[in-house]
Amino acid sequence: MLAYAARRIALMIPTLLGVALITFFMLRVVPGDIVEVKMRSDGGYVTQELLASERARLGLDRPLVTQFGDWMQGLVTLDLGTSMWTGRPVAEEIGVRIGLTVQVALMAAVIAVLIAVPLGTISALFRDTWIDYVARIFTIAGLAVPSFWLGMLIILGLLTVFHWSPPVTYTPFFESPLKNISQLIWPALAVGYRYAAVVARMVRSSIIEVMKEDYIRTARAKGVFERMVVARHAMRNALLPAITVIGLEFAFLIGGLVVTEQVFNLNGIGRLFVEAVSRSDFILVQALVMLLAVVFVSMNLIVDMLYGVLDPRVRHG
Amino acid sequence: MSASTRDGPVMAWRRRNPVLGFIMAQPLGAAGLVVILVMAAAAIFANVVAPYDPEAIDFLAMLSPPSMEHPLGADAFGRDILTRIIYGARTALTIGFLSSFLGCTIGGLLGVTSAYFGGRVDLILQRFVDIVLSFPIIVLALVVVAVVGHRPIMGIDLNLIAAISIPIMPRAARVIRSAALAVRAMPYVDAARAGGYTHSHIILRHMAPNVLAPYLILLTAYIAQAILLEASLSFLGLGVSEPKPAWGLMLSGDSSNFYQEAPWMILFPGLAISLAVFAFNLFGDSLRDWLDPKFRT
Amino acid sequence: MITALSALDVGQDTEARDAALPLLAVENLTVEFTTASGTLRAVDGVSWSVRPGETLALVGESGCGKSVTALSVMRLLARPAGRVTGGRILFGGRDLLALPESEMRALRGRDIAMIFQEPMTSLNPVLTIGMQLAEPLIIHLGMSEAQARVRSVELLGMVGIPDAERRLRQYPHQFSGGMRQRVMIAIGLACDPKLIIADEPTTALDVTIQAQILELMKDLSRRLGITLVLITHNLGIVARYADQLAVMYAGRVVEEGPADRVFRAPRHPYTVRLMRSVPRLDQARGGALETIEGLPPNLMDPPSGCRFAPRCTARIPVCDSDPALRPVGDARRAACHRAEEMPGAVPLTAARPAAAAPALAAEVTPLLQVRGLSKHFAVPGRGLFGKMATVRAAEEVSFSIGRGETLGLVGESGCGKTTVGRLVLRLEEPTRGEILFDGKDIAKASAAEMRAMRTRIQVIFQDPYSSLNPRMTVGATIREPLTYRLNMATAEAHDRAASLLRQVGLPPEMAERYPHQMSGGQRQRVGIARALAMEPDFIVCDEAVSALDVSVQGQIINLLAELQAELGVAYLFIAHDLAVVRHLSQRVVVMYLGRVMEVADRDELYAAPLHPYTQALLDSAPVPDPVKERARAPRALRGELPSPLAPPSGCVFRTRCPKAIRECAEIIPPLREIRPGHLAACIRI
Repeated sequence: MLAYAARRIALMIPTLLGVALITFFMLRVVPGDIVEVKMRSDGGYVTQELLASERARLGLDRPLVTQFGDWMQGLVTLDLGTSMWTGRPVAEEIGVRIGLTVQVALMAAVIAVLIAVPLGTISALFRDTWIDYVARIFTIAGLAVPSFWLGMLIILGLLTVFHWSPPVTYTPFFESPLKNISQLIWPALAVGYRYAAVVARMVRSSIIEVMKEDYIRTARAKGVFERMVVARHAMRNALLPAITVIGLEFAFLIGGLVVTEQVFNLNGIGRLFVEAVSRSDFILVQALVMLLAVVFVSMNLIVDMLYGVLDPRVRHG
Repeated sequence: MSASTRDGPVMAWRRRNPVLGFIMAQPLGAAGLVVILVMAAAAIFANVVAPYDPEAIDFLAMLSPPSMEHPLGADAFGRDILTRIIYGARTALTIGFLSSFLGCTIGGLLGVTSAYFGGRVDLILQRFVDIVLSFPIIVLALVVVAVVGHRPIMGIDLNLIAAISIPIMPRAARVIRSAALAVRAMPYVDAARAGGYTHSHIILRHMAPNVLAPYLILLTAYIAQAILLEASLSFLGLGVSEPKPAWGLMLSGDSSNFYQEAPWMILFPGLAISLAVFAFNLFGDSLRDWLDPKFRT
Repeated sequence: MITALSALDVGQDTEARDAALPLLAVENLTVEFTTASGTLRAVDGVSWSVRPGETLALVGESGCGKSVTALSVMRLLARPAGRVTGGRILFGGRDLLALPESEMRALRGRDIAMIFQEPMTSLNPVLTIGMQLAEPLIIHLGMSEAQARVRSVELLGMVGIPDAERRLRQYPHQFSGGMRQRVMIAIGLACDPKLIIADEPTTALDVTIQAQILELMKDLSRRLGITLVLITHNLGIVARYADQLAVMYAGRVVEEGPADRVFRAPRHPYTVRLMRSVPRLDQARGGALETIEGLPPNLMDPPSGCRFAPRCTARIPVCDSDPALRPVGDARRAACHRAEEMPGAVPLTAARPAAAAPALAAEVTPLLQVRGLSKHFAVPGRGLFGKMATVRAAEEVSFSIGRGETLGLVGESGCGKTTVGRLVLRLEEPTRGEILFDGKDIAKASAAEMRAMRTRIQVIFQDPYSSLNPRMTVGATIREPLTYRLNMATAEAHDRAASLLRQVGLPPEMAERYPHQMSGGQRQRVGIARALAMEPDFIVCDEAVSALDVSVQGQIINLLAELQAELGVAYLFIAHDLAVVRHLSQRVVVMYLGRVMEVADRDELYAAPLHPYTQALLDSAPVPDPVKERARAPRALRGELPSPLAPPSGCVFRTRCPKAIRECAEIIPPLREIRPGHLAACIRI
């Protein structure tokens, strides 16, 4: 098991290196570079000399390979460089925002799994009854409703029904848990709905598949109680593929937050990313892309490890 | 012993008239298809159906609520929301279909090729797919948009389509590859290899037609995704840009500032996005049940 | 022979048997399935019964309703598609169909146990064997976990699984197929049931393992007094293990009675023809096999009269009315208007011209010569950075095939026979060795040379369902080689395809069909037509008849033999069924774990096998004759097939060989000529 983990971690490195390479070189073909965008937006006449000196200050005049090498070296030592727009260290920009984003993502994940697993199971067990139809319409709608629009609807709903809108300034959890949650639960719901829908659909189809397996028939032929057939024989097998989806969707949740943070006026990683992209701050963009790739690859690793624990075929394989 | 005596009503319909057969077996999916067709018709005949010019500014109608003149209200520039939703369908369906088609077709061909050759070709392609998969869809689309900018040709932003189809490619490649691996193991592919046909002949004639079902399912599913993605990008101001009508765009800018006072500004465009995506997902789900032999009883 | 039979007759006193109340009686059972294509009556008024302590065999070809009947007894039909629409199932006097579900559940696994066909998928992969074995003990007998563990150890011992304590903590994937089936038997036996229903329990297993499992089941059921219902399509198994026999055809029982009497003188023409169409190991190989032409009826729309009538050669006008299953004397029943005239009323098919080529002529230059052929596959192993392990799928394989000759290649799963076939076709790259085809080495041929050679070497695969491209019509499939490889014009290709279809016994109109609109046997004919289109000199037949029902299998075997006589094509006939190989081949190669064990002319090999493995293979396959079978001692080959990842040192067969000595572990026995033309790889001969 340990050896397996070590092997999987080792396999992450080429993937991350590939992500770094693609990101870095893709961003370097941007036609209008940050220096021009930034200086011209300040207004006034900008000389070529000024642009050149600014480029030199940011180290953009060196060969691409050198720049990439420096970036890699920085990544290993967790020095992510300096934002080209704000001039502050990237690590600091990320550091002040990451807590909020991670908290919203975790809350969304917990809400989603708590809804999705029972919903998907019931939907599968009552397949083709009205319960199943209602559940399926609920889940297909979850895939259809854009989370940012759902966010707006939530705000609108709170305002019209309770004449209350969630606080706009961020309060850390340990300062005032209530205030913190009353602010962050709404975006968590907005992005969690889609997450729940995806997981519930997976749980449903996976249970339907498993219930057709020969070993379910064996269990029934042994005289096992039907609820035990489901709980003991079907669920453990059915939840294995669901775990994959739960893990991978968590990584994509952060993608959903990129848009939804705007609606709730949250100063998180998603908003930082959108700002960085619109300002062509590619030092910041590449750092954020790497961060998301690390999250994704780590979720993959965790899923694989969980498989190892839950599936004896992987454990002893 | 003729083939027709083997079949009952549904099977018979399936062969004689696939469309009617689909409606009989999958009423929900057929409902989705109807919504899609209505939207497509509205998009094609937008200039006939829509009551106003989508870009006509009317300061007298600014933020006016739904009324006889403006059934779904007007936006901050006094533009008719119904009109902009109808024209927005044009944008959404064009970009949605083209991006999904491009992404699924290129990704699908990569997947089939990867599965057919196996070995080193497969290994390299799959490593590449793994890497591109580590970018969340919207993040990759945003980065591509940032890099390539916008390039509208005949009213269609080709770069936006590229930005949306690139994240779809590796996902389609992966799904089609796993379906193609099963086909690759089929004896009829071995028989074709033993027949001495060329690789391209085997891939195009024996492998590709047999992954058509998952391809069509993916195509519909990713049209839905692409519509959603286009809306998100436009909402962020990085997709379709003003004054062109696009659903995501209608939710951003002034709408996101004034929607608490004028909720119709966001209500109807959001509903349009949801309905379109819902219809494609409903149709896609039913199509999967319809095409997947596992779901046939 | 006559004395043996009459002794048996006396042993089974008809009066006494009829007096004993049946343990299980299925009466007039009807089961329907709702499908997308309409309602299908899979079981139509079926009745049979089994008395305490007896073994009843339920026999029939696929789709005859035998498994559906068994699942109905357990009330485990896949709902909502399948449902019982009529009849009664009396178990110890109670109608199972009328029981509330809770009582039925309490009965399952307690009084009636069931063993299924697929041992690989019938056990839950994420639960330990111990847990799955203890489950019925805890549920039905209220045992504590500790008591259940003690009993589980005892049960594993009973079914011959050593080291039970440790095995209970393991998971199904750590067991071989045969071992899993033993576990299934242990689960079945757990609560001392009165009845065990075994649905094709050994069909998925190799012949030597099949013999072990069946002997075990017979032994345990006799010792514990358990009644057994054995569902099978294998008449050899019926002959060896069954007391009573019920033959099913198209959803009905057509004949029922004591097994030996039914075998000796079947009373239904279907039974008569079924028994004649099986290729047999115990009888001299004649000319063409007798076959049952045509196909079973479509159960969505069955014929109104006797369901077998359309295929029956003893049909008379009265057969248009439905015959009832009626007593025909001797404690037997049959559903035929002419039962009393059977089996004599079914004429033997006129012996066709001896299809197979004459015995081997003196070796001229062989068409195909395989020398020292090896194939090693690298598979990912365990541990850090996955050291690759090597599977030696084929090792130092040598044989040759003459023009117009058939070489049979037999062995159990994992013996490398399929790999050898794929190497000859160059669908796999050989690791070592040469494959000389008409003097040219296939193993070293360039892509262009290979492409040229491929018109001369063709292949027929096992599975008729997946060997044809489902998106191409039959005509397109057959025309493809003609237009793309032989550059034939379209019109000419159409004509040629039509004549090929006729040649394989299909009407040319079938060219318009898609594979899913045809039966398994028809598809296999299309596969043969596709192979013939290139006018090859040589065809690899990889288990070409294994997936077919007995009656269809005979048709295809005959077709292959006729085509050979007509076209002079040579076959490499790969199969696991010794009787089928014997029927078609002039020479036979026996393989085990990647190596050739024995090579000999067909008659010599079957009459006087030299290698202990060949002897065991021939011994393990039961023949469809109860008298011969009951006279034979149990002869299961002990042990499991070793993993091909870690084959035994020296002789690969030594771990299971009854004659093995110490030296066998040290020397890899070379294949040497023991008698003229008869080679074996064993140091003990």
